[in-house]
Amino acid sequence: MLCTNCKKRPATVHYTKIVNGEKTEMHLCQVCAKEISDFQFNFEPNFSIHNLLAGLLNSMAEPTVGIDYQRNEHCPSCGMSFNEFSQIGRFGCNECYSAFEGRIEPILKRIHGSSVHTGKVPRRAGGELKVKREIDLLKAELDRVVKLEEYEKAAEIRDKIRELEKQLDKNK
Amino acid sequence: MSLDDFIYNSKSLWMEGNGPEADVVLSSRIRLARNLRNVPFPHKANLEQADKIIKQVFDAIEKSSEFAGQFRCFRMKELTHLERQILVEKHLISPALAESEKGAAFIKHDESVSIMVNEEDHIRIQTLYPGLQMEKAWQLSTKIDDVLEERLDYAFDEKKGYLTACPTNVGTGIRVSVMLHLPALNMLNQSNGIFTTIGQVGLTVRGLYGEGSKGLGNIYQISNQLTLGQSEEDIINNLKGVTKQIIEHERSAREKLLKDAGIRLQDRVGRAYGILSNSYIISSQEAMELLSDVRLGIDLNLIKNLDSRILNEMMILIRPAYLQKFFGQELNEYERDIKRASLLRDRLKQSEIK
Repeated sequence: MLCTNCKKRPATVHYTKIVNGEKTEMHLCQVCAKEISDFQFNFEPNFSIHNLLAGLLNSMAEPTVGIDYQRNEHCPSCGMSFNEFSQIGRFGCNECYSAFEGRIEPILKRIHGSSVHTGKVPRRAGGELKVKREIDLLKAELDRVVKLEEYEKAAEIRDKIRELEKQLDKNK
Repeated sequence: MSLDDFIYNSKSLWMEGNGPEADVVLSSRIRLARNLRNVPFPHKANLEQADKIIKQVFDAIEKSSEFAGQFRCFRMKELTHLERQILVEKHLISPALAESEKGAAFIKHDESVSIMVNEEDHIRIQTLYPGLQMEKAWQLSTKIDDVLEERLDYAFDEKKGYLTACPTNVGTGIRVSVMLHLPALNMLNQSNGIFTTIGQVGLTVRGLYGEGSKGLGNIYQISNQLTLGQSEEDIINNLKGVTKQIIEHERSAREKLLKDAGIRLQDRVGRAYGILSNSYIISSQEAMELLSDVRLGIDLNLIKNLDSRILNEMMILIRPAYLQKFFGQELNEYERDIKRASLLRDRLKQSEIK
């Protein structure tokens, strides 16, 4: 059997791909298989996460009745437009996230099923958030001890919360 | 430490192959994506901005009490194509970084950590451990992350977390992955079913060298897809739970093979060992397949006189760029097949336990 790509050399690499139940058999010679890339039998070389994402973004950018979704906003910091983003699937800088805020939200939900970060908070960049999360935890604890009528403990926790809230005010 | 040390010292920490569950799990890796505030992301940054980030990362490492003097910086533009390729083959940098003239990598001397600068994101911290050690890899990467953050202004949003160039990484910016050797599941045709299920719990499966290279040497990488909405610990525990189940499946598949097809398995393993120690021309694909068989033979005690690290080490050493560096000359494909066979014959002899 000859290589289906160059039709010159004998096919030594046989490959079956099944996409949505549709079976395609590939028979390549070693040279063509290598050319297509060392072991990466990727027969759709343009199919990357960015292209996939761009497709997803374009499908979501369909105009909705009554709302002008075709407006092409620009990020004030790096100058990237939303159209450019939806083509390459990558933002230009961190400011893009605020520039395109309303339009990013549904995208994140679609990709991750969520749009709220609950993981690590950096020490410096997230200083305030760290304090806020601590206050939330303390408030939950306060509710718990009040229900148990442990008022001494409750007073302690209340003081802690006040102290943390003062810290937040100072930073403002 | 010179570049040559990184190259001739073939053994990275992860290749030592003696972590927990090492009979199935070759390595555990954590990657954290981080960016700096108010600097365009690498694909939009100019050379000057990109250089500045490399310098800032250098300072952050060298001024820290924990890591000063432990990393070596490689700027991509100062390396030859072959040298970059070797770093890729050793899993120390990504193919995308190797292509980037703006890129640099800070590699820890034991090769357990590499910090890629100006890849898709400004900073990508990668830690690599042998066996199933995701927690250890996480502890090290988060520590390095803290050290860098002391001196660098990260782009972080209270709601969206760490901001990344691609929205698929936003939030935790974490990618956890394990490299698994699953010969028995493959022989029993059970791997596809398992991989389909994995996709339904937010994980993804790839071959050794990325998409489409599925199954080469029966080696697979499993990693998380989602980065937003879950904590790092949840993501790690989820992947760990799934990995443990796959390990159990693989082990029982191995037992079943041994029980139902013992002599045929022994024959296959023995032939693989025979070819690897006596061939004079061998492609990397054939070598990977045979190394996988030999490794299975060692794990099942069918081959008793070989060190089990042979697979971990050789799967890197037989790659094209590494071979050319090792033999100090450019080689075409045919010449590589000859040199590869010679290297394999030597190494197998060296790995014999007397």
